[in-house]
Amino acid sequence: MTEVRNELVKKRYAAERRFKFYGAAALTLTALFLAALLVDVIIKGIPAFHETSVEIDVKVDPADVDPANLPGGNYDKMIKEAFRAEFPEVTGRAEKKALTGLLSTGGADSLRSMVTADPSIIGKTVTVPVLLGDDADLFLKGLLTEQKTVPGKATLHIARLEGEEGFVLTGDTTGEAAEKQLGLTPGDIVRFKGGAVRVTGVQNGYLKADPVLPPDPSVSMLDAGQWDVVSFSVPEANRRINDNQALWLDQLKSEGRVKNSFSWRFFEAGDSREPELAGIRGALIGSLLTVLVALSLALPLGIAAAVYLEEFAPKNKWTDLIEVNINNLAAVPSIIFGLLGLAVFLNFFGLPRSAPLVGGLVLALLVLPTIIIASRAALKAVPPSITEAALGVGASKQQAVFQHVLPLALPGIMTGTILGLARAFGETAPLLMIGMVAFIADIPQGFTSAATVLPVQVFLWSDLPEMAFKAKTAAAIIVLLVVLFALNAVAIYLRKRFERRW
Amino acid sequence: MFVWTVLLIVLMAVIAYWAGRTHAAGLVTAGGARLHSLPSYHGLFTAAGAMIGGLALAIAGALVFGAQSFFTPVAAVLGAAIGAAPLYARSSLDFRARNNFERIVLVLLIACSGVAILTTIGIVFSVLFETLVFFRSVSPIEFLFGTHWSPTGTPASFGFIPLLAGTLLITVIAIAVAGPLGLFSAIFMAEYASPRLRTFLKPVLEILAGIPTVVLGFFAALTVAPLIRGSGEAMGFSVASESALAAGLVMGMMIVPLISSLSDDIINAVPQTLRDGSYAMGATKSETIKKVVLPAALPGIVSAFMLAISRAVGETMIVVMAAGLAANLTANPLAAVTTITVQIATLLVGDQEFDSPKTLSAFALGFVLFFFTLVLNYIALRIVQKYREQYD
Repeated sequence: MTEVRNELVKKRYAAERRFKFYGAAALTLTALFLAALLVDVIIKGIPAFHETSVEIDVKVDPADVDPANLPGGNYDKMIKEAFRAEFPEVTGRAEKKALTGLLSTGGADSLRSMVTADPSIIGKTVTVPVLLGDDADLFLKGLLTEQKTVPGKATLHIARLEGEEGFVLTGDTTGEAAEKQLGLTPGDIVRFKGGAVRVTGVQNGYLKADPVLPPDPSVSMLDAGQWDVVSFSVPEANRRINDNQALWLDQLKSEGRVKNSFSWRFFEAGDSREPELAGIRGALIGSLLTVLVALSLALPLGIAAAVYLEEFAPKNKWTDLIEVNINNLAAVPSIIFGLLGLAVFLNFFGLPRSAPLVGGLVLALLVLPTIIIASRAALKAVPPSITEAALGVGASKQQAVFQHVLPLALPGIMTGTILGLARAFGETAPLLMIGMVAFIADIPQGFTSAATVLPVQVFLWSDLPEMAFKAKTAAAIIVLLVVLFALNAVAIYLRKRFERRW
Repeated sequence: MFVWTVLLIVLMAVIAYWAGRTHAAGLVTAGGARLHSLPSYHGLFTAAGAMIGGLALAIAGALVFGAQSFFTPVAAVLGAAIGAAPLYARSSLDFRARNNFERIVLVLLIACSGVAILTTIGIVFSVLFETLVFFRSVSPIEFLFGTHWSPTGTPASFGFIPLLAGTLLITVIAIAVAGPLGLFSAIFMAEYASPRLRTFLKPVLEILAGIPTVVLGFFAALTVAPLIRGSGEAMGFSVASESALAAGLVMGMMIVPLISSLSDDIINAVPQTLRDGSYAMGATKSETIKKVVLPAALPGIVSAFMLAISRAVGETMIVVMAAGLAANLTANPLAAVTTITVQIATLLVGDQEFDSPKTLSAFALGFVLFFFTLVLNYIALRIVQKYREQYD
C-alpha cells in the first residue's frame, strides 16, 4: 500500500517539476529569440557605421576649376585621372572602368569641399581621402568574400605562351606534377611583385594561367616566399568585385592607403541611391517632425479626455459608448488608421501627401487611446481623499481636479505618454498608406514638405537588392532601437523617481 | 501665415486675460465689496472669449480668403476682439465668472473625449464609403466567395478567399507559437518566479513587446526565412523563400508578450483563497494551477487569445516583408501565401486613383479587416469586463 502511494507521490512530483520546467523553457525560448534578434541586427549593422576611403594624391588642375564657381569644378575628372595614374599598367577601356568603378560616385565631394574651403591649393598636389564604392567597401570589410593568402612553398617558373595572352606555370624539374609541387588549383591567383596571374587549367604536368595584373616581362622565376597564392571563398562570377579589382584593393591596402573611419555621413546625409552615400538624417528629422505633431495633438487631447472620463463623466450610455470606443480603438490594426488618413486627410481635406503633418495626425489618433488609458489609470491611482480634502476647504470640483489631482497624476501620465510616443516612433504601416514611402533624398524642411520616417526608411532599405543596403538597414534599426530604449529608460526612470504609493 | 495666426490669437488671449483680470480687480472697493469669483477667473473667462472668437473668425477667414492670405490673421485678431469685448463688459461684482469659465472647460473636455468617437466614425465612413463604391463594379458575392485574387491582372479578379486563407494560415502558425509560449510564460511569472526573477524577466517581455514590427519583419525576411529554407531543404522539403512559416513564427514571437502579460494579469486576479483551498486538499502547485487557477481564469485567457488573434490578423509589416505577394490557396506552411494586410499595403503604396477598382478593393479589404478585428476585440473586452466584475 505504501509502495503504491510512494509511486503516486513520485509521479505527482515529477509532473510538478515537468510543469515548472515548461514555464521556464517558454521564458528561456522567448529570451533567446530576443537575444538572437538583437545580436543578429548588431552583427549586421555594425559595419555600416564605418566607411572606407582611399588616399589619392591629386593635382588640382586650374583648368578644371573656375575660381568664380569653386563648387562647380570638374573634381570627378581630377580624382579619376589621379586614380588611374596610380595604376599605369591598367590600359584596357573595360579595365579602366572597373578601376574607377571602385570609387564612390560621391568620391569627389571631399576634394570639392577641400578646394572650396581653401582655394589656395589650386594648382598644387594634395592628398585627398576619396570614398570607396559600396562593393569595394564591403570587400575590404571582408563581407563580400573571404580571402586566403598563402605564401608559395616552391620555386615557380613563369613563361609567356607563344603568340597568346596566357602564361605557363611550372615547378622544379622533379618528376612531380606542377600543381602538386606548387599547391595550386584552377581559380587560384598567383600574386608576386610586379603582377598576378590566375590559374585556368592543368595540362600535362604544367599549369595554364591568364594575366590578372599583367606581369613584368622580366619576371621568369620566383623562389619560394616571393609569391603568394590568393584564393577567394566566393567564385568570381558570384561577387560584385572581380579578381582584378580585388587585387587592386589589396595593393592599396598593403600600401596603407585605405582608411577606415567612423561614418558621420550616415548621420548627416539624406537618402541616396548609392549605399555608401545614404544616411538617415532625413528620416530622423522626418520622424522628429511627425512625432512632434502627434505628441502636441495627442497629449492635450488624451489628458483632457482622461480627466473628463475619470473625474467628471456621469455614468450613462454616452460615456459607456466612449469607453467601449476607446478600448476598441486601442486594438484596431494600425493599418486601418492609415486607410483613415488616406481617405479623410488626403482625399477629403486635400492635405499634402508624404507630409509629417499628416503622418503626425494619423499617429496622434493611433496613440490617443493608449494615452487616454494610461492617463485614466494614473488619475485613478490618486486617492479620493485628496479631492475630498480640496472640496472640503471650498474648492470647486474643477479646482480640486486641476490643482491637486492632475499634478499628482502627472508622472504616471508622462510615463504612459512616453510609451505611446515610443509606439508612434516605431510605427510603419499607417505611414505607408499616406505616401511616406517615397524616395526622398532631401532633408525635410517643414511639417508639409515630403518626408519619410526612420522605420519606413528601414522598410525601404530592406527591400533594395544591394548588399550594402542590408548593413545600412541593420544600422538604421540599431539607431531606431537605441532611441526606443532611451525613451523607455526615461519612462522607467520617471516611474521609479516619482511613483507614490498611497 | 498659420504660425502668425496662432501667435496672434494667443497674444490676444493673453491681453484679454490681463484686461479682464485688471478690470475685475478694479471693481473691488476698499469698503468691503467682494467679487463672487477671483479676478483671475474673470481674466480666464475673457481670454476664453478671445480664443473662441479668434479661432472662429480665423477659420472663417481661411475658408473665405485662403489659408495663406494676409486677411486670415487680421480676421483672427478681429474675432478675438469681438469675442472678448462682451465678456469683458459682463464682469461685475456678482458675476459668476468661475462657474461660466468652468462650463466652457467642461464643454472642451467633453469635446476632447468625443475625438475617440469621431475617429471611429471616420474609420467606418471612410472605409465603408469606398467599399460601397467598390461593390458597384465588383459584386459582393464575387468578392467574398471568389477563389482567385489578382487585382492587377487582365481581367482583374477580386476573390477574397485566398487572402483569407493566407491570413488564417499565418495566424494559426503565430498562435500555435505564441499560445503555449505566452501562457506558460505567464504561469511561470505569476506562480513560480520569485519577485527577484520577475524583475529580471518582465523587462525581457517588455522589450520584446516594444520592438517595432518593421524590425521583426527585417529579422523574419533576412534571417529566419533563409534559415527555414536552408534547414527545410536539407531535410528534403521544398520551401518557398517567402514561406508562411517564417512570417508566422516571428509573428508568434511578437505576440508572446501580449498573451503573457494579459494572462499574467488574469491569473493574478484569481483570488488566493481558491489556491489555498486547493493546497489544503493536498494538491501540488501544478495540480492547483491546472485544476483550479486555469479553469477559474479561462474566460480571461480566452479573451487574451482573441485579442492575440486580432493582433495577428491585423499585423502588417512582418507579413509585408516576409510573406509573399502571390495569392496561393494552400494550407502548406512551407509555401508562400499572401494576407489581407499585405494586399492593402501593396495596393495603396504609390499613387492611387480613387476611381479604379484596384485601389478601392484595398478599402474593401480594410473594411473586412476592421469588421473582423472589431468583433473579436469587442467580445474579448466584454469577457474581460465580465470576468473582472466576477472577482472584484
